[in-house]
Amino acid sequence: MITVEHLTKRYGPAVAVDDVSFTVEPGHVTGFLGPNGAGKSTTMRMICGLTPATSGSARVLGKPFTALANPGRRVGVLLDAGAQHSGRTGREVLTLAALMTGVDRRRIDTTLDLVGLTDREAARRVGQYSLGMRQRLGLASALLGDPEVLILDEPANGLDPAGIRWMRDLLDDFASRGGTVLLSSHLLREMEAVADRIVVIGRGRVVAEGHKDDLLRQAGAFVRSTDDAALALALRQGGAGVEELATGGLSVEAEPIDVGRAAAAAGVVLAELRAADSRGLEDLFLELTADDAREQTRMEVSA
Amino acid sequence: MTTATPTRAAGASRTNRPGADLRPVSFATLTLVEWRKQLDTRAGRWMLAVIAIITAAVLAVMMAVNGGNHSFSAFVVGTTTPMAMLLPIVGVLAATSEWSQRTALVTFTLEPRRTRVGLAKVVGAIGSGLALLVLTVGLAALAHLLVVAFRDADPAWDVSLRAVLYLALSVVLFMAQGVGFGLLLRSTPAAIVTLLLAPTLFGLVGGLVPGMADVLPWIDLGTAGEPLLFGGALDGQGWAQLAAATLIWVVAPLAGGLWRTARSEISSS
Repeated sequence: MITVEHLTKRYGPAVAVDDVSFTVEPGHVTGFLGPNGAGKSTTMRMICGLTPATSGSARVLGKPFTALANPGRRVGVLLDAGAQHSGRTGREVLTLAALMTGVDRRRIDTTLDLVGLTDREAARRVGQYSLGMRQRLGLASALLGDPEVLILDEPANGLDPAGIRWMRDLLDDFASRGGTVLLSSHLLREMEAVADRIVVIGRGRVVAEGHKDDLLRQAGAFVRSTDDAALALALRQGGAGVEELATGGLSVEAEPIDVGRAAAAAGVVLAELRAADSRGLEDLFLELTADDAREQTRMEVSA
Repeated sequence: MTTATPTRAAGASRTNRPGADLRPVSFATLTLVEWRKQLDTRAGRWMLAVIAIITAAVLAVMMAVNGGNHSFSAFVVGTTTPMAMLLPIVGVLAATSEWSQRTALVTFTLEPRRTRVGLAKVVGAIGSGLALLVLTVGLAALAHLLVVAFRDADPAWDVSLRAVLYLALSVVLFMAQGVGFGLLLRSTPAAIVTLLLAPTLFGLVGGLVPGMADVLPWIDLGTAGEPLLFGGALDGQGWAQLAAATLIWVVAPLAGGLWRTARSEISSS
């Protein structure tokens, strides 16, 4: 469980994180989504007590992170896969973490296995690792203490599609055992694949929060019929926004079932009707952050 | 690298665990980990190896020249100069590598009580320094033994326990100073240059200013600490001067470094 309340970070006049509030529930993988520079990493560093907040608070498992006794055993953190001494071997990195947190050193092998690093790879120095291997090592150190919470900043960065798939399975498994997962990404496809709950952040502010499916369902419906013009008219009369697509068919701001009802009432034969999945997170995201950007501009103009 | 589907405990083996059985990381554990971190990289190992090698080289040269006729204390003094130059760098690296290698991000999430981590670094570095001191005094004894045995030098086991304790004290100061400058400046080159140059420049400039000669022993650690390194004796005033110079060159940078570490933002860039 992670609770973030009115978290704000200012660097001089610049506001990096602006009154951000959200909760991350156990049993889910929560994605923290936003473009580069939106304030994701700063927020995560504040949650982990590395960056002092200007105002607001963040609690992990009911306490400020810095008040946790032996936090490595309760919260697995990966903020930067590159943040490892290039002169240490992968195994040594895990050994240090095990010594520090008091984890049985036999768990090192289990964890290496879990993230798919072989003994030979673990014996190499981190300086020779690819980004993907560093991510796996970073995940290994996060998982080493058998934590209840995972906080991961761009963990899929540098992983190939198979690696992303693997990570999704790993995090799903972790969450299904009651673990809490917060992971960030600026890549929407990645998020779509991995997270089931999503917090969207733009310019330091939360612009949307909710279940991935709920967020996407607002996208409306796609419909094709034998008489799109008549259907569009009927839908508009019903108060729904309709866009006639150049490629044929209509994009409708309504649930598919309402579109079906309207079609039946108008006597139009449907050829295709489905939830507008094509919009996806990417459109949602661009729309949400564009709104925010417009608002920002308007405020600046009026100021 | 494999991409096998995880079949087993990806952590979160929940159901129990309120986390109440967890105790905070002890200072002994922290110190042990920090000590290990000084030795588990090639840079750290090389630093200590270089000191040992230079020490051995100095001893070898001393054994070769002048008929090898040097007392034990002369050998010990010969070994302390490279140590005095290089030991603080071990302390510096212990601190700066957290930033140059960005590991601070990991270190301070595993132990958010940053001042304890800083102090553990000091204690760990002192551990390394004292271990090295034992080694170099041992090498000096061996060198003296060899010249007595093979080069007909006069046996002179003239190193007092006090001299060894003085050396140990200077190791403590060097290490605390190195870690202090490292924590304060965070950059390896900046910290090393400052550490090596500042006292020298200070002494030089101080020597030029008339009237400074009286003040210098109070504010220059090199002057005040000389008896520690070269087997001198410290009287009451000597200790007072050492304490004053230590305050300026060891305690102040260390306190500043710990303060900066505790206060500042830890980020990866």
